[in-house]
Amino acid sequence: MITAEQKPLKEIIEYISPYNRILLVGCNECVTVCAAGGRKEVGLLASALHLNCLKQGKTIEIKELTLERQCDPEYVEELVSEIGRVDAIVSMACGCGVQSVAARYKETPVFPAVNTKFMGASVAQGIWEERCKGCGDCMLGITGGICPVARCSKHLLNGPCGGTSYGMCEISPDVECAWCLIWERLKALGMEKRYEEIMEAKDWRPAGGGGPRKIIREDLSL
Amino acid sequence: MENFEPEIVAFCCHYCAYTAADMAGSKRISYPPNVKIIRVPCTGKVDAIHMMKAFEKGADGVYVAGCLEGDCHFKNGNTRAGYRVAYVQKILEELGWEKDRLAMITMSAGMGERFARTAREFTEKIKELGPSPIKQFNTDTHQQAAG
Repeated sequence: MITAEQKPLKEIIEYISPYNRILLVGCNECVTVCAAGGRKEVGLLASALHLNCLKQGKTIEIKELTLERQCDPEYVEELVSEIGRVDAIVSMACGCGVQSVAARYKETPVFPAVNTKFMGASVAQGIWEERCKGCGDCMLGITGGICPVARCSKHLLNGPCGGTSYGMCEISPDVECAWCLIWERLKALGMEKRYEEIMEAKDWRPAGGGGPRKIIREDLSL
Repeated sequence: MENFEPEIVAFCCHYCAYTAADMAGSKRISYPPNVKIIRVPCTGKVDAIHMMKAFEKGADGVYVAGCLEGDCHFKNGNTRAGYRVAYVQKILEELGWEKDRLAMITMSAGMGERFARTAREFTEKIKELGPSPIKQFNTDTHQQAAG
């Protein structure tokens, strides 16, 4: 899923300072799971913004709404009845959601309340780690299910480098060496020979090197 | 401000702090009437939004009183509450509020005296900090208008 973290309150407060009526929009998908922009976080941010205004003797009108998904036009359309009643929108969705809302409601300023971080997986309660770079040409089938693009600090396709030490990466003792993990996994699967095969230079165009990416599925179009 | 009587909200676990408050009453140990108790089935039930709303509605101080470490009736509700208190303290700091207006306190059901002492100490601490920033603004404005 896409992970995110709430922006510092100071930054959000600066964004909305010229406005009195705010529509605060959460998203029920990824940002709910990583507790950055779901219904609960919308309530908490609204409360923090109210506290900030009350401290200055001001009042602010905040309408709280959480959409099923902010990256789908069908759900973004649900905001239409609120748009005329607000001065600005603050979105707690990932960058995709913020842009979907901004594209639909061009007359109203839209501000992000979270920083979108990475595509990751939950490794323990409250901990998410990067697992995918969206390179567009998945190689997990030949690397034992461990991604060197996302998990090797140098994105090496033929690792490890000299910076590996007792299974950890030189950048931090907390970061596992992806290539050590790959080797251990291939060994456990009896597929050591695969490690001997040199991987050719990767085509990075599907990874975004060829410009913004797009998927078109004509079979799904209406 | 010398007559300032703070409003304090105490979220008290049914199995410990609330019973301790009852114990304090049975033992005729008095504690400041500033402390308004909200009974909860476990401090794990107290979410960040509950603490924030208490401040929003004008509380000068808030504390969450749960079971002693390792004694939670529901295993680890008190530990979770502790994390949430720390999280809300960070929000308060970001907003320029004193984080000491919020606290996590632990006690057992038999600690009536500790309940009363904690209530007294917390009330004193909030008196030192003064009214919540919301009330401070209102007071300043009234004084300016009168002056």
